[in-house]
Amino acid sequence: MNPSLPDAEQLLQVLVQQMEGAVRHDARLVGIHSGGAWMAERLASMLPGEHAFGTIDVSFYRDDYSRVGLKPTVKRTSLPFDIDGAHVVLVDDVLYTGRSVRAALNELFDFGRPASVELAVLVDRGGRELPIEPTYCGTRLAVVESGTIVLQRSDDGRLSLALEQTPTA
Amino acid sequence: MNRPLNRNPQLDADGALHHLLTLEGLPREHVVRILDTAESFVGIAEREVKKVPLLRGKSIFNLFFENSTRTRTTFEIAAKRLSADVINLNIGASSTSKGETVLDTIDNLCAMQADMFVVRHSQSGAPHMIAQHLDAMAQTHVHVINAGDGRHQHPTQGLLDLFTIRHYKKDLTALRVAIVGDVLHSRVARSLIHGLTTLGVPEVRVVGPKTLIPAAAANMGVQIHHDMRQGVRDCDVVVMLRLQNERMRGALLPSAGEFFKNYGLTEEKLALAKSDAIVMHPGPMNRGVEIDSSVADGKHSVILPQVTFGIAVRMAVMSILAGGSA
Repeated sequence: MNPSLPDAEQLLQVLVQQMEGAVRHDARLVGIHSGGAWMAERLASMLPGEHAFGTIDVSFYRDDYSRVGLKPTVKRTSLPFDIDGAHVVLVDDVLYTGRSVRAALNELFDFGRPASVELAVLVDRGGRELPIEPTYCGTRLAVVESGTIVLQRSDDGRLSLALEQTPTA
Repeated sequence: MNRPLNRNPQLDADGALHHLLTLEGLPREHVVRILDTAESFVGIAEREVKKVPLLRGKSIFNLFFENSTRTRTTFEIAAKRLSADVINLNIGASSTSKGETVLDTIDNLCAMQADMFVVRHSQSGAPHMIAQHLDAMAQTHVHVINAGDGRHQHPTQGLLDLFTIRHYKKDLTALRVAIVGDVLHSRVARSLIHGLTTLGVPEVRVVGPKTLIPAAAANMGVQIHHDMRQGVRDCDVVVMLRLQNERMRGALLPSAGEFFKNYGLTEEKLALAKSDAIVMHPGPMNRGVEIDSSVADGKHSVILPQVTFGIAVRMAVMSILAGGSA
């Protein structure tokens, strides 16, 4: 537990405040595995209205597959609604290079043509390598390049942020 | 790449899966990873775009030195759903019939920038030989999948059988599985037995006439039954094998009719298995020889789901092999 990192539950409240009244009442929440999937499920119950939520695992769309191979554990993408014509909010825990969001957009479009796509993230840590910006953002943080911020979920469902040292390849 | 001898030829120096040649000795973690990855490929067929871009730009050669429709087709579909380019070589009509050796064919295809070979051959060990040749030629980016070699192995069939069993039975550590019929000639049986053992299935039975059960079966940790009724009694899974007429040499059997009477799966014999037993068959089926039509089409049969799962399992194998790990 890193004391300098903000409380994930508070950031989730910040996101809810931004999204209330801003997202369409029929918007579908699509969380990117794993952190974004937990957030999408929570947001679906915290936001007013009926928001269906789904999850997406971008492993089959990543641009580093030919360098690092397939992730050891791939989760199943599950979008239990029609993407064609839907207003979608992609949800991710940490926005960094933007490559995961690029992969998620590509995967989403293989399911149909959404009417619109917005992006909600808990933390924007800068360092973008693609022209991708969040629509809703819990907080902006400066993190040293060698570190990775990860979202964790405890047994009782509470979310928290942790800083992990990226192993040097 | 440093490739010491005396190690599992399927794994690279870091222990990653490099070729898929056999389920014998394939560590449990690799088997589980393939099955888990296949889970996430199952849903892709229901998407508007039935493919993912994972193997875009890769060239996969189907080298079938022996006939097959289902296996070749499902490998082709699997590769296409991964966005790879698939080239089917009709070997009978190609250079080998003009005298070119298999390894010369391989070298030529490598010169065409092949990334993966899916090999079926009537000789046991042919895919293994090709894999060794590629390693010796330092073609370390090229992968080999054994799609069935002689009487030896058919690892992707074994994996899809494991996937199917896990799908319907969840926990494999309390299962009783019977493999019935022409075990002697069956590479499917051999692969499946290794896979079941690796995943900790406690009781595997092989059931068939003495002439069709290999002498070495007892050494594989399976129970041998010559009486079908005893063999399927209380089983959770009944795997029927095809009677392989084309591999049959000499008089191993009195007749197909006699075989059906003793070892064909009928509703009456199936009733001896557990009430929720599943019936599997690797195909192609000989209705009325090893399996009765009413069983093949009945509520216990998961023969068609096996085919569907086979695509997801082959996608998993291809995508695990072809990913970079350098």
